[in-house]
Amino acid sequence: MTLEFRGYPRSDGRTGIRNLVVVAYLVECAHHVSREIQYPFREKGVHLIGFPGCYPNEYSHRIMESICTHPNVGAVLLVSLGCEGFDRFGLQTSVSQSGRPVETLVIQENAGTQNTVNLGRTWIEKTLSDLEDQPRKNTPIGELIVGTICGGSDGTSGITANPAVGHAFDRLIDQQACCIFEETGELIGCEVHMQSRALTPELGVEIRASVEKAAKYYTTLGYSSFAPGNADGGLSTIEEKSLGAYSKSGTRSISGLIKPGDVPNKGGLYLLDVVPDGDVRYGFPNINDNAEIAELIACGCHLILFTTGRGSVVGSAVSPVIKVCANPETYRNLSGDMDIDAGRVLAGDSELDQIGDEIFHLVLQAADGLQTVSEKLFHQEFIMTYKSFDPIGPSCLPN
Amino acid sequence: MLQHRKFLRLSDEDNVCVACRNLVAGENLNLTAGLNVKITQDIPIGHKIALKQISENTTVLKYGVPIGTATRNIAPGEHVHVHNIRSDYHVALHNKDQEWS
Repeated sequence: MTLEFRGYPRSDGRTGIRNLVVVAYLVECAHHVSREIQYPFREKGVHLIGFPGCYPNEYSHRIMESICTHPNVGAVLLVSLGCEGFDRFGLQTSVSQSGRPVETLVIQENAGTQNTVNLGRTWIEKTLSDLEDQPRKNTPIGELIVGTICGGSDGTSGITANPAVGHAFDRLIDQQACCIFEETGELIGCEVHMQSRALTPELGVEIRASVEKAAKYYTTLGYSSFAPGNADGGLSTIEEKSLGAYSKSGTRSISGLIKPGDVPNKGGLYLLDVVPDGDVRYGFPNINDNAEIAELIACGCHLILFTTGRGSVVGSAVSPVIKVCANPETYRNLSGDMDIDAGRVLAGDSELDQIGDEIFHLVLQAADGLQTVSEKLFHQEFIMTYKSFDPIGPSCLPN
Repeated sequence: MLQHRKFLRLSDEDNVCVACRNLVAGENLNLTAGLNVKITQDIPIGHKIALKQISENTTVLKYGVPIGTATRNIAPGEHVHVHNIRSDYHVALHNKDQEWS
């Protein structure tokens, strides 16, 4: 079997697995108008994203820019109220330079809600029609960037779905794809082992430092990244949860440490550091799973492998989410929201490697156009908050 | 028909195992030939069971590495969770009205 998918080539050399229109609100005040524009088209590949804050923020600009020029995105409609802090001119320029159709509607300059909604819908209709001509091309699987996250973890997550994803990651990396795992706040206790997997000793030092940063950050906040449902499901400590989460990363060497908005340009395994640098300025680093997914997408992820024990039902705007269910009881209750039943391992029906292979094959099918269950249910969640990061140091990307 | 696994011991060094399905007090975990642990409480799927005595202030091992410290003496077959172990890093948020002990 040739390991290829039919993708959408973009002008920057990357290839998308979808050809979406994104409607992006640039402040919460423009959210309703944006939703009114997008909602009638939500089943036609038009997704809503946005940043709610009025204060300007370098991080939010970088993330929005990266997502608006993501390979899965074919065209962008920016919706501004008119007086917010977001630099809409800069964002429009970036998207335009990427060769994508882009339009900015300023509510205050277009006679308000009703007229802006009408203009927006007209633009979407025309753009959808234009996008139908977008060519597709056979593309090797090595062009994919695949992210992973666990949400609603329980005591089964670390023994079924997560190691199965690890096996899929190994297979993808062996095909020169890029795989990204994240959330240093849930890798507490794993830093020494991660250091031993780093491509260079200097990278190993940076990886350890990133976990120590996370541990300090959460100590200041007074919480660890641990929800009551994790405990209901059998996890007792953050380090236990971390060990289970860590198994998603598989066994290959770690090629780099990146931050939100950094897009790897070479195959391999990457760790995404999501904990802000400096003082605790903006509160919790990732207020929910979709905030992490947004950051993975900003790092170029075409697809997200989402493992869940308690049963998360979310998908995401822009990049399809593949749901891997760890707990057989959860699968019985929520099978309509799950792509893969990894809990079969506990019954002795399947081995971890088999499930990993299933995930690998589903990645290829989804890349080729197959809709995941959360896509079919029109789960298009998106959330972003304020953060700030220093750029990664020179040891973080040894290649 | 395949028998459901009752538990998984992830590493030979572990002093806990993980329940693969809901288990009830009185069930036996056959570890190796001749070595048996009897569960003394009901254990939900995904939760941990002590395989040997874990003394207060000693390390709980899972995946062959520390996952916390016992806050009191734990007997073999007992449920191991937030009521008798603590993180060596941060407090684990849990529902205070959930009865574990």
